[in-house]
Amino acid sequence: MGKLRIRREMNLMKRIAVLVVGVLVLGAMVWAQNPLLINGAGATFPYPMYSKWFDEYHKKFPNVQINYQSIGSGGGIKQVTEGTVDFGATDGPMNDEQLKAFQAKRGSAILHFPTVLGADVPTYNIPGVTAELSFTPESLAGIFLGKITKWNDPAIASANKGVNLPANDIVVVHRSDGSGTTYIWTDYLSKVSDEWKNKVGKSTSVNWPVGLGGKGNEGVAGLVKQTPNAFGYVELIYAVQNSMPYGRVKNSSGALIKADLASVTLAAAGAAKEMPEDFRVSITNAPGKNAYPISSFTWLLIPQKFQDAGKRDALKGFLEWMLADGQNYAEALSYAKLPKEVIEKEKRAINSIQ
Amino acid sequence: MATVNPTIQSAGPAAGSRSFLSKLRDGDEIARLITFLFAASVVLITVLLVYELWISSALPRQKFGLHFFVTQVWDPVMDEYGALPFIYGTLVTSVVSLLLAVPLGIGASIFLAELAPPQISDTLQFFIDLLAAVPSVIYGLLGVFIVVPLMRTVIFPGLNKPLGFLPFFKGPSYGVGFLTAGIVMAIMVIPYIISVSREVLLSVPRDQREAALALGSTRWESTWKVVVPFAKTGIMGSIFLALARALGETMAVTMVIGNTPKISASLFAPGYSIAAVIANEFTEATGDLYLQSLIELGLVLFLLTFILNGLARLLIIVTTQKGSGVGNR
Amino acid sequence: MSARVKWRRFVSNFMLTLTGLCALVSVSVLFLILGYLVFNGGTSINWAFFTQLPKPVGETGGGMANAIVGSAKLLMAASLFGVPIGFLGGIYLAEFSGGAVASVVRYAADLLNGVPSIVIGIFAYSMVVLPFKQFSTLAGAFALGLMMIPITLRSTEEFLNGVPRYLREGAMALGASKWKTIASVVVPAAYRGILTAILLALARVAGETAPLLFTAFGNRFWSRGWEQPTASLPVMIFTYAVSPYEDWHRQAWAAGLVLLGLILIINILARTILSRGIAVPRS
Repeated sequence: MGKLRIRREMNLMKRIAVLVVGVLVLGAMVWAQNPLLINGAGATFPYPMYSKWFDEYHKKFPNVQINYQSIGSGGGIKQVTEGTVDFGATDGPMNDEQLKAFQAKRGSAILHFPTVLGADVPTYNIPGVTAELSFTPESLAGIFLGKITKWNDPAIASANKGVNLPANDIVVVHRSDGSGTTYIWTDYLSKVSDEWKNKVGKSTSVNWPVGLGGKGNEGVAGLVKQTPNAFGYVELIYAVQNSMPYGRVKNSSGALIKADLASVTLAAAGAAKEMPEDFRVSITNAPGKNAYPISSFTWLLIPQKFQDAGKRDALKGFLEWMLADGQNYAEALSYAKLPKEVIEKEKRAINSIQ
Repeated sequence: MATVNPTIQSAGPAAGSRSFLSKLRDGDEIARLITFLFAASVVLITVLLVYELWISSALPRQKFGLHFFVTQVWDPVMDEYGALPFIYGTLVTSVVSLLLAVPLGIGASIFLAELAPPQISDTLQFFIDLLAAVPSVIYGLLGVFIVVPLMRTVIFPGLNKPLGFLPFFKGPSYGVGFLTAGIVMAIMVIPYIISVSREVLLSVPRDQREAALALGSTRWESTWKVVVPFAKTGIMGSIFLALARALGETMAVTMVIGNTPKISASLFAPGYSIAAVIANEFTEATGDLYLQSLIELGLVLFLLTFILNGLARLLIIVTTQKGSGVGNR
Repeated sequence: MSARVKWRRFVSNFMLTLTGLCALVSVSVLFLILGYLVFNGGTSINWAFFTQLPKPVGETGGGMANAIVGSAKLLMAASLFGVPIGFLGGIYLAEFSGGAVASVVRYAADLLNGVPSIVIGIFAYSMVVLPFKQFSTLAGAFALGLMMIPITLRSTEEFLNGVPRYLREGAMALGASKWKTIASVVVPAAYRGILTAILLALARVAGETAPLLFTAFGNRFWSRGWEQPTASLPVMIFTYAVSPYEDWHRQAWAAGLVLLGLILIINILARTILSRGIAVPRS
């Protein structure tokens, strides 16, 4: 029996294994010295914006890396409360109960910092229809309540005269994860439809009356794109980046408005003047003749107290940069800049982070 | 438990004759203790896992009790959780996948065990083993980009036109749904059915086959009427094993099932499975009750697979032992 | 020949052909998968894919270098955790234990082997992520390592039991103590089989996605050290596949091809070269 051969083979294997392990461990240890990594997670709604910001910021300050994972607003709130990430991000402000839970768990408060403004848009994929559709609040609520099931339903057709809508079933697509995009959408539907408010309500995830679930804005956009006759809601940039059609929505003044930088900025005009101290404010169905009705701020969730001074200073630095230079990247990605008043107010709030 | 008992050592060959002290000096006792600690840690980890799942799902057990398993509402806003749609989705997709995978898998294993020359059988089995190694997320990738469009353009119209009057094949089709998930899962479990069934069939003693052939039956008759019945319990075991795999399958299903907690008779409708809802919602379940409900779902999944695995193992052991017992005589 | 006999012949041949077809269809799935991955991912595999970090969302280009290294680190740490427990535990089962203790350990290992991977993820989240307040490479490795334990344990036991008795007795007759016999004779005689099984276990967990979702999490940058979240190939494939970006789909295919290629190569190597003449147990 070739015992000697086995021995030799074993020794070789052992040496290789020891070498590989040694090199990797050493490498990892040396490597561990360098840049400061800050972890954040949350909303997918501003993910393209944040991903751009963190990339630019890293180019500017190579010793700070901000890793952002878009797991949904609900996830952002949960993980920052658990303390498994350094900061969270959400499109639906945390409610009082969640604030209390954070206080109880972490022993300090959490601060909301608005970053940009965005909009939910109704997007669709109807074979043969190229025209831009218009939606009334009633038709949006009806479709998502499962009461309007066909594309040629009078409630949709009446706002789209001259468009030849097919008699196909509408495939409703919504988020399967807890999401700020959902919060904005359901917040809006709750404001315009009593039935929605009573039956479903507003939250980062709700009990949907109808439809398919996709994970993340990416997932919903993906599903709508791949499914004929689909109808869903995504953050504006996802529709733009994927060249998906999206419709006009009738606002509180009765005008049909398409989501764009101007109409979203107008929606924030009222709130900018009367911004509450904690920045938690809803601007859906906002007044204003040309305001887009399904708009919202999106927030970073930053704990007030940090144990790690390095991370604290790096994040404060980022916030300063984001409110100044960072805002200039917003419009290229179809997000509206923050109003001046809000920026000033936030600059003051940054100082309260300890 | 860790106390050293010299009488147990005698289980090892030629160990009983030496004294405890000499064994300690030789390092035998130390080696025994160290390896014992590692073996015990396996038990510890498993117990910890079950314990952790159990205590972290106390809230929904208190609040909903057994209602958890029969209510259909999954509503994070009102904080009401019912597991039925997920259990339903898990069972339906598993059953669909078995309906597709079992005939194919058993057919293939009969070919491999009874017909194919050993060399070809081994080569094919080698490929089947490789197939079993393909990760779930890859099946999901193929599911999303190949099976889903195929479903929408070919399979749905093909089944809906002639059979649309049946509730199972009612439209509309979204591409994703129970049937899609079932098909993807079927492809995933076929290798397991083939591998185990082939082994069980191979363990059927030769004389059974020869007797049947000598009595004038055709090759198929000897296989189907003698060999397969002999291996029946073992084959059942392979099916249970496949079912246990299917139940716990996560990624591929999450990608193609549609993620909608609804119970619908139509196989084209979107649904949800236990594993998929955990994958989607675990990181973001904000309330305690919400999170613990998800963990309770995990516990349910664990128990289901545990029972099925146990049954499967029992059945396989029973047949293979029966086979070798008879063969030795 | 009577009509009945002819009919029976026909049925026999027909059914046997059918089983052949079943086998053919089952095996062809493997080549279908490989073909599709090569077709869709082959053109996207370039130098950048292996050397660059992912680009910000929606921009084309970039690669998955961090995910490849992340997966390698996860697998290494998982083996460092899972293999010793499985291996030494297996030695205990095969060489030292008798009766009740052994069957409890075996039972626990079988139980652990059957736990759905997503449930392992929950466990790792509450055992490692929550206490350390950090998603990390270690947490992911803990989850994957857990999945390696039962396979390593059972196959170590099996292969050690397969070592002929005369080898042991020979060593002991020469005066070697029991553990010396195990270390210098029994384990070397069984090591090829055990190594094969460990490699197969490694290949299996290499493709696991579910337990990494909430343990290793994700990272757009390099993950330095062990306490930071890390990107990994399977999770990248998942997030890229469900995204709406064409360029990400392209990269998901490429990543799928790389991952499957690695797993199949490990499998083929382990099954053909290492295990010459050894019956490899199935996981």
